[in-house]
Amino acid sequence: MMLDSKIPEGRLEDKWKNYQAGARLINPANKKKLSVIVVGTGLAGAGAASTLAELGYDIKCFCYQDSPRRAHSVAAQGGINAAKNYQHDGDSVWRMFYDTLKGGDFRAREANVYRLAELSAPLIDHYVQQGVPFAREYGGVLANRSFGGVQVQRTFYARGQTGQQLLLAAYAQLNKMIGAKKVKMYTRHEMIDLVVVEGKAKGIIARDLKGGELKSFAADAVVLATGGYSRVFRLSTLAIGCNGSAIWKAHKKGAHFAAPSFTQIHPTALPQTSKSQSKLTLMSESLRNDGRIWVPLKKEDPRPPAEIPENERDYYLERRYPTFGNLAPRDIASRAAKERIDAGFGVGKMKNAVYLDFKHAIEKQGLETIRDRYGNLFRMYEKITGINAYQSPMEISPAAHFSMGGLWVDYELMTTVEGLYAIGECNFSDHGANRLGANSLLQASVDGYFILPNTINNYLAKVIKDEKVSENHPAFNEALEGVRRHLDQLINVKGNKTVDHFHRELGAIMWQECAMSRNKSGLDKALGEIKQLKNEFWKNVSVTGSVNSLNTELEKAYRLADFLELGLLMCQDALDREESCGAHFREEYQTSEGEAKRSDSEFTYVSAYSYNEGNFTLYKEPIKFEFVQPVERSYK
Amino acid sequence: MRITFKIWRQNGPDDRGEFRNYKVDGLTQDMSFLEALDHLNESLVLQKKEVISFEHDCREGICGQCGIFINGRAHGPHDRTTTCQLHMRSFNDGDTITVEPWRAKAFPVIKDLIVDRSAFDRIMIEGAFISAKTGTAPEANSILIPKDEADKAMDAAACIGCGACVAACKNASASLFTAAKINHLNSLPQGKPEQQMRISRIVKQMESEGFGGCSFSGACEVECPEGISIANIAEMHNQYIKTQLFG
Repeated sequence: MMLDSKIPEGRLEDKWKNYQAGARLINPANKKKLSVIVVGTGLAGAGAASTLAELGYDIKCFCYQDSPRRAHSVAAQGGINAAKNYQHDGDSVWRMFYDTLKGGDFRAREANVYRLAELSAPLIDHYVQQGVPFAREYGGVLANRSFGGVQVQRTFYARGQTGQQLLLAAYAQLNKMIGAKKVKMYTRHEMIDLVVVEGKAKGIIARDLKGGELKSFAADAVVLATGGYSRVFRLSTLAIGCNGSAIWKAHKKGAHFAAPSFTQIHPTALPQTSKSQSKLTLMSESLRNDGRIWVPLKKEDPRPPAEIPENERDYYLERRYPTFGNLAPRDIASRAAKERIDAGFGVGKMKNAVYLDFKHAIEKQGLETIRDRYGNLFRMYEKITGINAYQSPMEISPAAHFSMGGLWVDYELMTTVEGLYAIGECNFSDHGANRLGANSLLQASVDGYFILPNTINNYLAKVIKDEKVSENHPAFNEALEGVRRHLDQLINVKGNKTVDHFHRELGAIMWQECAMSRNKSGLDKALGEIKQLKNEFWKNVSVTGSVNSLNTELEKAYRLADFLELGLLMCQDALDREESCGAHFREEYQTSEGEAKRSDSEFTYVSAYSYNEGNFTLYKEPIKFEFVQPVERSYK
Repeated sequence: MRITFKIWRQNGPDDRGEFRNYKVDGLTQDMSFLEALDHLNESLVLQKKEVISFEHDCREGICGQCGIFINGRAHGPHDRTTTCQLHMRSFNDGDTITVEPWRAKAFPVIKDLIVDRSAFDRIMIEGAFISAKTGTAPEANSILIPKDEADKAMDAAACIGCGACVAACKNASASLFTAAKINHLNSLPQGKPEQQMRISRIVKQMESEGFGGCSFSGACEVECPEGISIANIAEMHNQYIKTQLFG
């Protein structure tokens, strides 16, 4: 099977226009006859569901939480990028495109990335119109700040709660269409399988989490907007309920999985302080605008940070990357922190952290300015750690965060299963091997609001003539039976170990061998260990309660069963890719200065795997550079 | 740390429910309160017992999904916090901690500590939006909003929808939640065209859901994780009366 990315012809700046000009349309009367399932209600899902409903489609929308407003987009803090050039600092669509492509270490498609940058400016217009209270200057215009990996100020923000404010806008728009009876909302419903009929996605099986009932839902197309899978590491910045199950089920039904091992480790989370910890809280990258990162020059320096004089501090990002300094991109900042921590310079209770210090910023700009910019983040830090960061530096540490990998999609955001789309973080698309800060809210929104509503017509216009598939089709029954067997099997293991025990074990393996730094022998070892753990899980897991009731243990168990398989694919991909690029750092492939060393001649491709009964088969989609030449990615 | 949890167990909406005691050992001060419940649940699984159902998701105080009444207070002993941000260092070794769901007619119990807050969604559906379609937006900086006005809208918009205001109120009033959303949208120029329809419809829905009237006690403001001011309620009443009188 050849992977056809369907990149339109023409100049880079014309491709999206050319695509739109050529795509099939559907008249308003016919749109009403077509139904679309949207799974997930984050920026991508809620944006798509509401916009498709405005266009006239009949929408069914699903989320596992009690309300669409809880989707994990809510937790993004720092901001959203857009090439508005409001700061008159030399920004443009081209520059944003280039920054993003370079940030991803030249492992994304030019056309996709350009479209992302191109649609960023109208997206800010959209959110302002929807009532997002973005930060403003005294004159009433919108304010901006900087994020890592760029030298312009193009980030729009709403205090440290940008994701929340954008999500509430998307939720409001979704509510408008629920009220208009164009969207039927199913909360506390988790997609648990995909239904494919004659090669086309025609519906899903969902589990009603309130009573455990399994239900069939048919539609003319299915859109997954189910977010990232970094909970495979267990400890991550993600919500506890975030999981990879929807995309994993789709993968098992024929959707290729792209770049699974490309996961971002965020440099500024709160460090782990105990074994029982369930979550690593993120501290926004925006803090690096004013905070300076350092460790003591002396190993295991027992002095409190305030007593360590300037000349005994190592501002290692400023030292190693003088041009970008504390705003080096995430993969680089995380690796640099790991390097110092591994070398014995870590600070904090478990010596696994570095300092993020606001002393100079407060001296220069005043306490009030810093409080106005980051007040809620400082407050959150104090709640969790009990430390006042206005007085002493924050202790921060790298943590698993974003998945650049996900379901393979073409330019239309369609997967390798016809009629199945993946939008937002759950697809692989635009970020290459590393995502720049404040591009996540952007990609999720642009996919949901602007791209999918323009591309899905092109498919639906074809299938409108097909015979309708209803929930009575045998394929639904078959899927239902499969799910029932799977859940019964899980609950009947009746072993002696908890789901959390297995998740901790998986997380430890993944963090050790498939996170910031990877090597062949470690990955080989991890593959063996995960296979063994998976066997042990199915022999010895204990899930109490019943299948037919609200059962939070069972939910954890079936999500983990999928993570155990996904973990294998991630390690397999990390092993296959014998180069370093972006967040994927193979120790065997580095420069003499310890930076990532790409191998463009061999690996300028997107890896996409088919499931093949667990013996994943690798397909390669070559990445072509027509408009820019990949260069060594330097932030020095 | 050794703690006795006195926890509300209720196996479904129609079950009467009761408190049960759980003695838990091996807790540490660094653990979050929810991690202590995780720890208890793991021990229940090993004893082949059904776990305690409770809600949580982001565990960083922003999604609003967690919400537990702890020792008689919404989200526990501190002001302006969520349950997920509460740590065991706030308790003493040997303490007994009483753990209950939100108690309000409009929030029926689903199971144990989980309640149904969909009344909040229904209030929002009535008019907590700006009815502009995707694709119709003017250039963002063509709408100028003075910084203090934008800040004020943001103060109100910060609500996380957890329901602590309802749980804390002796009347189980949703006034703070509702007022915050009305003021977020009605104070911005983008929200002005629909402000009267918005307030009328939202308030009507709030009243039909079985929430009580504002108790004027200010308990909501104290427990609100975002510190949303009770002044929002006064503003809502003011606007509502004007709308009803002068249309």
